[in-house]
Amino acid sequence: MSQQSLNAPGPGEDDEAVDTTVGGGQTFASAQSSDSILDEIDAVLEENAETFVRSFVQKGGQ
Amino acid sequence: MSTPAMQSSRAPVRLSTERVMGIETEFGVAHADLEERARAGAGSSIMLSHLVVAAYALLDEQEGERGRRVRWDYGDETPLRDARGFEIQRAAAHPSQLTDAVQDAHLPSVDMDAPLQGAEIAPEGSDDEILTWAVQRSIGNAVLTNGARWYVDHAHPEYSAPEVTRAREAVVSDRAGEVIARRAMALLDAAEGIPSAALYKNNTDGKGASYGTHENYLLDRDVPFERVCAAMIPFFTSRQVLVGAGRVGRGTRGTEPGYQISSRADFFEAQVGLETTLNRPIVNTRDEPHADAARFRRLHVIIGDANLLEESTFLKLGITSLVLAALEAENRTGTTLLPELTLADPVAAVHTLSHDPSLQVTVPLSDGRELTAVQIQRAYLEAIRPHADAEDPETAQVIQTWGELLDLLEQDPMLAADRIEWVAKLKLLESYRARHGADWSDPRLFAIDLQFSDLRPGRGLFEKLRAAGAVRTLVTEQEVQQAVTAPPASTRAFLRGSLIREHRDAVPSAGWDVLTLATEETGARLRLADPLLGSAAWCSGHGVDPAADVPDLLAALRAAVGAP
Repeated sequence: MSQQSLNAPGPGEDDEAVDTTVGGGQTFASAQSSDSILDEIDAVLEENAETFVRSFVQKGGQ
Repeated sequence: MSTPAMQSSRAPVRLSTERVMGIETEFGVAHADLEERARAGAGSSIMLSHLVVAAYALLDEQEGERGRRVRWDYGDETPLRDARGFEIQRAAAHPSQLTDAVQDAHLPSVDMDAPLQGAEIAPEGSDDEILTWAVQRSIGNAVLTNGARWYVDHAHPEYSAPEVTRAREAVVSDRAGEVIARRAMALLDAAEGIPSAALYKNNTDGKGASYGTHENYLLDRDVPFERVCAAMIPFFTSRQVLVGAGRVGRGTRGTEPGYQISSRADFFEAQVGLETTLNRPIVNTRDEPHADAARFRRLHVIIGDANLLEESTFLKLGITSLVLAALEAENRTGTTLLPELTLADPVAAVHTLSHDPSLQVTVPLSDGRELTAVQIQRAYLEAIRPHADAEDPETAQVIQTWGELLDLLEQDPMLAADRIEWVAKLKLLESYRARHGADWSDPRLFAIDLQFSDLRPGRGLFEKLRAAGAVRTLVTEQEVQQAVTAPPASTRAFLRGSLIREHRDAVPSAGWDVLTLATEETGARLRLADPLLGSAAWCSGHGVDPAADVPDLLAALRAAVGAP
């Protein structure tokens, strides 16, 4: 909650007490991880892709 | 807090991302069991949507007391109100259009005599008994402890995230909606004799049906709507190259093989209009501000994609808020800030740009020029950059990200695979195509597109990218988990969510701008015509402690309002 609270506007104008610069993320894209992701896809991809795709039918929304 | 509308016309222009805004997400929904799914088609979608909504609203232990939900109060919703003005008279004539009657929107009003809706409590029983009751009664609305509205919209479960004032807050609230969707699915899995559901954070079934992920921005009413349309049409048309989610197949039914940048683009058929379910417009004119309509309009944006990548959501809200801030500043100061661009055929341009992942295609302007989407976006960025408030951390971050990503897209879109969702998806598909020799009509590619947005743990391919560190993250999992049951601090969602969390039994109903707090003896229906009323800062500044006893709270709220 602390980080979220820090984003709130203070009672005064422009009361930005703390730097809320986006951060804390990470990225490690690599060829190796791409290969292992493909292995995972092969493992979880629905077996009969054609039937699977055909059966995903939605009603229209907004 | 200073809102753009309150700045004097002589103040220097300092554009910031700060603005009341929020995201609504309609989820794709289907039987988890593939045989049942194939049998039912879309025929189960309404029933499954009710199950999903009821499961979380009535059964989740962290969310609240079993079987008790806070009902939705429609307040002054007027879906027929049109931002162009010609419907406003009709809407204003409606007896429930009370926000217009608010004398001073800087103060909330308390309606002491309003009839109070009783809570509708589920029967005691097992999970499946409660869920069966909910489906039979078509229970399709709940207000959550994080301030969100969680409901059935047509044939989709929808999460309308609580109002926030920052793009980063919007990311946290949006991700919290994914967690809620997962919990709902887990609760259905655990219920005896109840079908399991699978939820997808996407926008189309690839067979002609589309459902929306809408953004909402509160905007100074004084900005002429024609000016909003003129500035936003080229911006929205080209924004997809930065924040599109990507899609396999072209055309509403995906009949033309190939990849495209936006999942929603092919469903847009008009420039400006009120409709959202057919003949969808680039600028939607639905104008229910859920606030003082004399001061604010709401820009209801329906052209965006559902995003899983946090930086896409962040940038989408951030840059759109900045363009709106520039429009407000133009109107206040009488100067021109934004680029003067008019597309010759905006609807065709939405499709053309979406269908070219190489980003080389140009679209014609009415003055005869030809520009790429990146060039159009750069024109907006360069127009805004000199006036952006560099001391505001989020604004600086948005401006920097906007520029970095345009640079990467210009150099080689694949360089942005960890930061732009359509590129992340395309990279995955291209790797798969290389490994398996699949062409673009291969059903396995359509299946990957679908499973990309599957929210079931272990199934979703985007989730696998995130787990592998192949896409950047921007907020922590801890923040997201907290935002599932705690409201954002910056808006009236704080008071709404906090009261529900602390006094569920005393809050029979709530809406965006209305909140009922009642005991057996006394009660009040609070109208919050300014979304900043009820923020954590407002509450502490007015001695309103949501955890206090209800009679004390009512007294504090009456004192804050100046009611006897």
